[in-house]
Amino acid sequence: MTHLKSRETILFGAILCLLLVVATRFPGFVAPENLIAVFTDTSPLIILALGQMAVILTRCIDLSVAANLALTGMVCAMINVAAPDLPVGVILTVALAIGAMLGAINGILVWKLNIPPIVVTLGTMTIFRGIIFLLTEGKWINAHEMSPQFTGFPRSDVLGMPVLGWIAVLVSVVMLVVMARTTLGRSIYAVGGNPHAAVYTGIDVGKTQFAAFVISGMLAGLTGYLWVARYSVAYVDIAGGFELDVVAACVIGGVSIAGGAGTVVGTLLGALFLGVVKNALPVVDISPFWQLAISGAAIIIAVAFNAQSGRSKGRVILKSAEHAQ
Amino acid sequence: MTNQASEQSGDPAFAPVLSLDNITKTFPGVKALDGVELHLYAGEVTALIGENGAGKSTVVKTLTGIYQPDGGQIMLDGKPVHFPTPQDAADAGVTAIHQETVLFDELTVAENVYIGHAPKNRFGLIDTKAMHAKTTEILNSIGAPIDAGIKLKDLGIASRHLVAIARALSVEARVVIMDEPTAALSQTEIEELYELVNKLKAQGKAILFISHKFDEIFRIADRYTVFRDGQFVGAGKINGVKEAELVQMMVGRAVEQLFPKRHAEIGDEVLKVVGYSHPTEFEDINFTLRRGEILGFYGLVGAGRSEFMQSLIGITRPSKGVVRIDGTVKVIRSPADAIQAGIVYVPEDRGKQGAIVDMPIFQNVTLPSLHKTSRDGFIRLAEEFALAREYTERLDLRAASLDTNVGALSGGNQQKVVIAKWLATQPRVIILDEPTKGIDIGSKAAVHDFMSELAAQGLSVIMVSSEIPEILGMSDRVIVMREGRMVVELQGDDLSPETLVRHAVGIQTEGDAA
Repeated sequence: MTHLKSRETILFGAILCLLLVVATRFPGFVAPENLIAVFTDTSPLIILALGQMAVILTRCIDLSVAANLALTGMVCAMINVAAPDLPVGVILTVALAIGAMLGAINGILVWKLNIPPIVVTLGTMTIFRGIIFLLTEGKWINAHEMSPQFTGFPRSDVLGMPVLGWIAVLVSVVMLVVMARTTLGRSIYAVGGNPHAAVYTGIDVGKTQFAAFVISGMLAGLTGYLWVARYSVAYVDIAGGFELDVVAACVIGGVSIAGGAGTVVGTLLGALFLGVVKNALPVVDISPFWQLAISGAAIIIAVAFNAQSGRSKGRVILKSAEHAQ
Repeated sequence: MTNQASEQSGDPAFAPVLSLDNITKTFPGVKALDGVELHLYAGEVTALIGENGAGKSTVVKTLTGIYQPDGGQIMLDGKPVHFPTPQDAADAGVTAIHQETVLFDELTVAENVYIGHAPKNRFGLIDTKAMHAKTTEILNSIGAPIDAGIKLKDLGIASRHLVAIARALSVEARVVIMDEPTAALSQTEIEELYELVNKLKAQGKAILFISHKFDEIFRIADRYTVFRDGQFVGAGKINGVKEAELVQMMVGRAVEQLFPKRHAEIGDEVLKVVGYSHPTEFEDINFTLRRGEILGFYGLVGAGRSEFMQSLIGITRPSKGVVRIDGTVKVIRSPADAIQAGIVYVPEDRGKQGAIVDMPIFQNVTLPSLHKTSRDGFIRLAEEFALAREYTERLDLRAASLDTNVGALSGGNQQKVVIAKWLATQPRVIILDEPTKGIDIGSKAAVHDFMSELAAQGLSVIMVSSEIPEILGMSDRVIVMREGRMVVELQGDDLSPETLVRHAVGIQTEGDAA
């Protein structure tokens, strides 16, 4: 815990430094309204990363989140085209349900067939994109085909911040409660921390991993509608490759790829770090290639951090192995 | 130390190839080897005999350069040698076939045999042709018709074992160590292995044969050496010794009253197991357990004790059998069912199966009891903390805060966390699998004391242990298992080290209904 807390402080410091450096060149960047804009722009990444965090904590990975997002987004857009008067509440429910269902497919394959998660989600990632193509024959759904209330929802302003940003806040709070205060959250940490021990304490490892995939899928579905509505366009390739940003946000935020360690706050900061990098660098006229290099370096530094904290654990295991002689 | 049969090797002209002289090896808190001696002779098989924990594996690791002795001398052909690394031991011609053979599934037989010392051609690349030819030659010499070019994963267990032996012989071996080589083999495969051992003897190799099985030892060994609790007890020629004498040497300590077994009121029947069977691991297990009773399960490693316990708590499914708690039939399909029924299991490998080191103490303690401190899936932190505090205090756990990660605690304290975790579920029956394995004497006494206290408080305890003093000192009754079956149930005056070992290794003695 102490490790994680110090890491979160460091990450928070890094984000502040970044903002400061940018502010010296371009003071407007740190103006409240711009920071809100940056937060809102990062919201999809935050929502997806929080779902991904739950999955990674159980020693799995979900590479299908971006494809899930695109498929759910497309279905929402098609529903909107077919029934433009359907209230947004229904669309949101549908998005959550479809996303959860797609996540459940991943979860079932991991739980019941014992297929490695990276293989399962690599497969479903391609399948989900393929289904979009089958549904649309590659055609786009553009802004003029969508109803104004459909596209307007995530952008509508509440207390100075677009709804999209508020949804990220809401998801963060819900995930904070789920991870810290529910038996499911505790099981997720236990399964990733020590699956053998978890079994003995009566936790069903496969079922817990399934639940994590459903959470991740549900949040990906939700983001699917928000994404399509915000950009007012839906096509096969939206958010292509975005799953890697999502995993990166988790890793930078201190979620251990080995499972069992990571926090909601850390993940949130990891996503924000990437969001600030992405938004700040163009402003101060640094090439987007630098942006890639900086995110890459951040990932490696974060993983090095994880490896450091994991090392002492390795020593303890060796010692006990020696004792067992 | 009682040297009942320390007649050293007779013929002085017949000098040992390899000798261990007064070797000592200490691990933190445990003296694994205490001045042991061992002599291996060319063309002869020496059996190393001892209970679990007698120091046999430590000797193997010392001989093969994995451990460095703290004191004493290894002598090769009468000259002192050191094996700072496994490679040095291999270079000196000492090679071991381990209990669990370490081979590579995706490599070919030849690659497995020569990994690490493959023959090179003049460009410094691996000479595949020579490697295959040499491998075939070795395999032929041990009568194993295995294609050197096929991948290891396509071979059965017995053939893999032969590959492991070929690998041991691929370095110019003079001393071959076989650590329980027959443990995973079927009867015909064992016969083949005996033939192979005879071939190696004929080639003049000195063989160290580690086994629990007496029939095997008498069949194949020329000499024996007995260790007990890391000490040398005796050695001699096999044809001058009786089984009973070896058993005596293995266990022949005066069973000291180290064990603070307190008187516990033995009450009504709590647990009754009838006809518990599993397709491959154990068969027809029947017993009852009363309130306040400690029931010992003794047997050799691999007798199926842990496997049975894991089935009892729902990790694996039995093929048939019934469990009753207080007379009511309980269906246990998962560990959660077992916890609900009041049966908890503290596994042997506490590092791997016990604590979750990345989690704080209080979360570890409450993990199996979360249903008690939560409503509708939401945890009530105050109740959770109270529960954790209650049980950690009962175990006198010392930590700065219950929020400390378990990984930061000492081994003994981690163990307390694991036990607190199980007590917090308020079980009726607690199963302790090798509760004191690998911990020092002081901690052992604490665990035993605690076990007594649990029984005195009315908990029923099942203790799986391979340590005879512990079994004898703590148990009210003992069930001995061998090869997946209950061999005998002993109590009172029937309990003696000799009877336990006899039943566990399967020696039939007249006047004793085995």
